[in-house]
Amino acid sequence: MASISVPGAIAGQPARSKANYLNASSGFLSWAFTLDHKRIGVMYLVGIFTAFLLGGLFALLVRTELLTPGPTITTHDWYNRFFTLHGAIMVFIVIIPGIPAALGNFALPIMIGAKDVAFPRLNLASFYMWVIGTLFAISTLAFGAVDTGWTFYTPYSTKYAFNGMIPVVAGAFILGFSSIFTGLNFIVTIHKLRAPGMGWFGLPLFLWSLYATALVQILATPVLGITLLLLLVERTLGVGFFNPELGGDPVLFQHFFWFYSHPAVYIMILPAMGVMSELISVFSHKHIFGYKFIAFSSVAIALLGFLVWGHHMFVSGQSNLVGMIFSAITFTIAVPSAIKVFNWLATMYKGSISLNSPMLYALSFMWIFGIGGLTGLFLGTMATDVHLHDTYFVVAHFHYVMAGTIFVLFGGIHYWWPKMTGKMFNEPLARLSCLLLFVGFNVTFFTQFMMGSHGMPRRYYNYPAQFQMYHQISSAGSYIMGLGVILMVGYLLHSLARGRKAPDNPWGGATFEWRTSSPPPVENFHEQPVVDDLYDYEKLFWDEQAGGYVRREVPDGAARPAH
Amino acid sequence: MMTSLAFLLIHLAQAAATTTAPAVTDLSTNLPIDNQGTVWMPSQASTTAHQIDALFHFILYLCVFFFVLIIGCMFYFMGVYRRRHPEQRALSNATHNTPLELAWSILPGFLLVIMFWWGFTVFLDVRTSPADGYAINVNAQQWSWSFGYPNGHEDNNLHVPVNTNILLTMNSADVLHSFYVPSFRVKMDVVPGRYTKTWFNANKTGEYMLLCAEYCGKQHSDMNAKVIVHPKEDFPVWLANADPLSRLTEEQLAEFKSNPDKFIKGHPELQGLEPPASLGRKLWDRKGCKTCHSLDGATNTGPTFKGVWGIQQPLRDGSSILVDENFVRDSILNPNKNVAKGYDAVMPTYQGRVKDREIDMIIAMLKSLSEKETKK
Repeated sequence: MASISVPGAIAGQPARSKANYLNASSGFLSWAFTLDHKRIGVMYLVGIFTAFLLGGLFALLVRTELLTPGPTITTHDWYNRFFTLHGAIMVFIVIIPGIPAALGNFALPIMIGAKDVAFPRLNLASFYMWVIGTLFAISTLAFGAVDTGWTFYTPYSTKYAFNGMIPVVAGAFILGFSSIFTGLNFIVTIHKLRAPGMGWFGLPLFLWSLYATALVQILATPVLGITLLLLLVERTLGVGFFNPELGGDPVLFQHFFWFYSHPAVYIMILPAMGVMSELISVFSHKHIFGYKFIAFSSVAIALLGFLVWGHHMFVSGQSNLVGMIFSAITFTIAVPSAIKVFNWLATMYKGSISLNSPMLYALSFMWIFGIGGLTGLFLGTMATDVHLHDTYFVVAHFHYVMAGTIFVLFGGIHYWWPKMTGKMFNEPLARLSCLLLFVGFNVTFFTQFMMGSHGMPRRYYNYPAQFQMYHQISSAGSYIMGLGVILMVGYLLHSLARGRKAPDNPWGGATFEWRTSSPPPVENFHEQPVVDDLYDYEKLFWDEQAGGYVRREVPDGAARPAH
Repeated sequence: MMTSLAFLLIHLAQAAATTTAPAVTDLSTNLPIDNQGTVWMPSQASTTAHQIDALFHFILYLCVFFFVLIIGCMFYFMGVYRRRHPEQRALSNATHNTPLELAWSILPGFLLVIMFWWGFTVFLDVRTSPADGYAINVNAQQWSWSFGYPNGHEDNNLHVPVNTNILLTMNSADVLHSFYVPSFRVKMDVVPGRYTKTWFNANKTGEYMLLCAEYCGKQHSDMNAKVIVHPKEDFPVWLANADPLSRLTEEQLAEFKSNPDKFIKGHPELQGLEPPASLGRKLWDRKGCKTCHSLDGATNTGPTFKGVWGIQQPLRDGSSILVDENFVRDSILNPNKNVAKGYDAVMPTYQGRVKDREIDMIIAMLKSLSEKETKK
């Protein structure tokens, strides 16, 4: 942790050229063929946010249809397409690439003091794979749609479903390559391009989580690819893998599918946990508590995540012994998840907590993931899962987990927004939007726990009238969330056009991205940052003139300012 | 404030549970309404339900305890350690505390072991069928249930005697389905190409909802039925009278067909025997025809049978065919031979599941339907 700077010197803003990665070159082609990880991250973010709005629109259509039992705004067929597209878009196109490909791409190389990822061309290829996969999946709207649910269970998907299933499955296959490319790139980048002197335990925790995520991405995604290929072969060529009429086994598909799709849950949640560790520490202005436990728990979650897929199948007809083993391993995964929550709390303890909008999203995640994680216990427990499986209890549970990721994605967007765009957003509106999303989310999904435990099955167009009140409260909540999202789009666009210029370090973060300009230059740094403790906030001081924090070297052994 | 939100929701749901109108049947699905449930669970009507509920509530209280602990700390820290001016420093810069971290990593493990073991043992109770009981076959197809009794009767609702072990052997004719009775806390997937088994023992008479819990296509949400739990002594009576048609000898059947009204009057011991058209109407419901075909002209997955008797039905291959006895019989036993124009070949065969005499009753019903039309 040696520092070569002169003690007491202001590491402020020396004279710099005004060129940054956004204005260094212009024109459509300069973006379309860019190899700059920051521009690719921004393009991912725009694409993913657009897909999120589309997936959200389908969610609102689903919730509106469910205001009454029987027909409300549409038919059985369209309702089934709406929930299928909502699920497929949100899982494959939004949440899986969300934090790693958008925020990770932008932040990872800067956070290790590198100029770019290890394979910039592979990075661009990954983005275009995402675009092509997304276009394939959304093209089903034109080709007869798809109504299998995002799980594509056989033999419904191979024999009965609409032909729109083919482009969606092909889309998911292509999106898988995008995911593998990103994962591969991140692993090599973290191994090879760390700044001189940065050891594994000097990495920001966000990068530990991205590393663990990347392991899952490159090991699990090929299994999904092969499974989807088998599905297409059975559907188009009639070769029997899963359809019993052709000699196949429908439960085999479930094993293959969940072998990927359960680890995929950790592809979704691990990066969110990584961002959480950054947000909680920075906005508590206090060193992260239990760095090694948090880092190793990410790896533990990634590895254990491969061994629990059978807990989706307790009532599928798999043997009791197999079910027991999966249930037991499922419980072990609760431990590393709990460790993280306790460490975040301990980080807040005796901190100096600012409640800026990114922190509000992080605190919302504690609430939401708290409920999402704890309700997982009901589902990992075999006897209660028999009753709750495939009901709205499960729907509520996985929304509390996956939409928890969306809350952190939003937290991360607000956190890195000044760095990405060089502009500040309207903070009061950002807090209001977070509040609307938080309240709307809980109104929407808490009610779903209650109707689920009373026996309301998922994927139901028509339902017994005794559940109507729950459905109506739930739909009302979804409209509140819709307002929150519209408001967010509004003030973020306004910030691009008219936002106040962002300081280099608006929040007081100590990681490398806060030691370069906002937005950063093409090569990321004006001068190579010096490796020290990235969670040490002792050297950061508020500077009224800059409107942000600046680093001042504190002489070794000097007393900490007493406040 | 947010904690109060959760309590408000619980309160609202409690109100919903207690103020549901005491109607017996829900009009949107034709299912019995359950208004005997608690805040979290539906009514308990099987011998294993209370075991699952006890475990559910154990986990619930544990979750509430940990949630309040975590969120309580969070709000407390937010209040007490709130940053009031930008130069305020953290009061501590502890980076770790290994004994504390080991403690909170290991200690919750004991609770997890309890949960796992309790869940597993109750699961075995729920899954392991008792050695003896009353066997019923379950046949699931898009989008109806069919329950086969030892005497050959098939019904679209599940009738069982109270306080009896019911052993179900289940099979699907097409895609995955899942047999789910919330009040019994029983759920088991029904898988094409293999038999799955489950069991229950209903300990309260009454009517309960039976739902399909695994997505099975367009009308998944309409694939429901009633479980009707009879008093023990009433069940054999119900079963004996459930299917009077099958109890007729060939001679009696001929007599019945030639003059139904006279035959019914002459045989008061054959309870439940009705004229062919009304028997046909009941079979129409019971065999699941009604899920896809309407009798009132409404469009659905399959063509309606309103006003089609005796007309030329256009087919998918461009030809057309007269709707008569042979066409109806073919359409039931070999449904994909003549597929109506504008529809897909999705109907499963009823070969072996509908008796000839039952087809005759359905034909009689369809005929009477068109007679009513022409009278108008």
